Amino acid sequence: MAEESILTDDFLRELMNVGEVDILVGMPTYNDAATVGQVVQAVRAGLIKYFPRQRAVIINADGGSKDATPELVRAASISDLRQPSGLTALRTLHSISTQYPHGGENGQALRLLLAAADLLRAGACVVVSADSVNIEAEWLDRLLRPITNGSADLVTPLYHRHRFDGLLVRNLLYPMIRAMYGKRVREPYPSEFAFSGRLGSYLLGQDIWSEDGGNSGAEICITISALAGNFQVAESFLGSRGRIEHGPADLVHAMRQTVGVSFWLLDPTFPAWSATTGSQPVPSSGGGPQVTLEPLRINRKRLHQMFQVGVAELEPVLKSILAPPTLAELQKEAAAPQETFRYPDDLWVRTVYEFAASYHKSVISRDHIIQALAPLYRGRAYTFLVENIDATGEQTENKVEDLCLTFERLKPYLLEMWDGRK
Amino acid sequence: MWEKFVAESTRATREIVTDAAQFLPHLLEMLIIVVLGWLIAYVLRAILRSILRLTKFDRFSEHTGASRLLNQAALPSSSELLSRLVFWVAWLGFILLGVGVLGIVGLQQHISNFFGFLPRLFTALFVFFFGFLAASFFSRAALLAAVNADLPSPRLISSTIRTLLIILTISMAFEELELAEHTVLVAFALIFGSLMLGLALAFGLGGQDLARRYLERRFGRARKEEREDELSPL
Repeated sequence: MAEESILTDDFLRELMNVGEVDILVGMPTYNDAATVGQVVQAVRAGLIKYFPRQRAVIINADGGSKDATPELVRAASISDLRQPSGLTALRTLHSISTQYPHGGENGQALRLLLAAADLLRAGACVVVSADSVNIEAEWLDRLLRPITNGSADLVTPLYHRHRFDGLLVRNLLYPMIRAMYGKRVREPYPSEFAFSGRLGSYLLGQDIWSEDGGNSGAEICITISALAGNFQVAESFLGSRGRIEHGPADLVHAMRQTVGVSFWLLDPTFPAWSATTGSQPVPSSGGGPQVTLEPLRINRKRLHQMFQVGVAELEPVLKSILAPPTLAELQKEAAAPQETFRYPDDLWVRTVYEFAASYHKSVISRDHIIQALAPLYRGRAYTFLVENIDATGEQTENKVEDLCLTFERLKPYLLEMWDGRK
Repeated sequence: MWEKFVAESTRATREIVTDAAQFLPHLLEMLIIVVLGWLIAYVLRAILRSILRLTKFDRFSEHTGASRLLNQAALPSSSELLSRLVFWVAWLGFILLGVGVLGIVGLQQHISNFFGFLPRLFTALFVFFFGFLAASFFSRAALLAAVNADLPSPRLISSTIRTLLIILTISMAFEELELAEHTVLVAFALIFGSLMLGLALAFGLGGQDLARRYLERRFGRARKEEREDELSPL
């Protein structure tokens, strides 16, 4: 088997000692010493409380941490199984730690977990993020239950988020993936998610584990592949999405991992998305997405300035990506003073679709296309912030819904550009 | 006197006729080679054009930015340009072969020099073409990186990189052609050296604040207000 080549001999031996399992918990780590112990404890508590009769294994795939993360995972794994509630496991709970190359990139870790799940014939798998600070034992039940009862093949999370958190997801990823594949998945780039063994084997056989795709943006690859492959997708509300701050957010890197990968997947999934119109909600449990409204100090002026500079300085690059009327409209908007500047839904959607078509046609280097979108996204983020500064949670959600409908309405425009009619 | 004149004229005419009789077959040979060469060059051009179309060479050229350069210089597409180049080089080769058949003294040496020069010409053209592609690619990469890093004067950074790479390319191509090697090398060293010195002085004297801000940002001592807009995009 090709996938066996990514499993080392030692790791294979450990997997063979485990034998077949019902549930596999995957935990990719990379310098997560601050949080990993707490995450392992929550996972173990969740397995003992909600799945005491199932055979389970926790697999930690580490990307070469330098802060003793694997040692902490091992230490947390061998701690007393007895929980404060007095519950104990009815089956042996195995725990394995292994290393994968390409430190920090989740793709290799997820591929390794998929291969292990396939080998152990796991019926349900859940991936949890090791830098989560809010994880609770209940998350395992909420993510795994739709898989174990056979009602879903992929379960993505719904979080309690600040209304200005995840602006790229709200303004581009969620609306575009919804318009393309016809399913309303609010978190297409999930940190925690669960999938069936059937979907795992399917993903392992897909040609998505290359440098362009699964290596850097595996989570979004998994969501899109499940949607395009007509697998049952469901959502579960988990609670607050808390993460440890590892450093300043690198927008271009985030865009490569998400926007780049979703543009890249438009080519192989063309038969699926070109025939889809409109969108349908996916089954969800535990309530819908919730937004918090605490005041946040944001330097909007800088966002606007970076947008203006981007449009002016990148003119020669944008000329080769955007259609002349779109570029002219964008330049007109960019010339407006900060107080009156807005990046309207319609123009934003046409911009994104023209970038996607240019990516498909490789008019310039594909990585340069993604980089050129970053300053424009800043303009859109500025508009979203200004338009929702005094809005209620419901009004913010309505704005996102309006944008999604614009993405759906203008989909024929993308199809026209895709096959060269425009 | 008259008889001598007639005899000389007759001899001269006979010699001319003899020479012409000897030369005409060579001329005919040359014409055949030239015409045949044109046909072969034409077929070569057609084959190369088809191969380049099949391999989507123009798309590769667009991808790397070469097409834009060619458009700016009012030149045809890359595949057309390459096909024409091959046609002319092949036909010129046949023309020179044909001229060689005429047996004109001294021309043979020039012809063999020309054929000896062809590999270097091709290498220089190769260096030139890919050098321009690299200049275009890296200058665009620098422009995008500078804009996204919020550096001042992104276009200046981009055009500096383009200029340096083009100068480097030209000097390499000329060195390959063995044309004014030393002049080009000295000119390159002077331009590159003065540019670097100028940049060092400009950055050292005029960019103290920029350098401090960069180092602060690089080593994590940025002020709080600079991090305020760092919302998580995901």
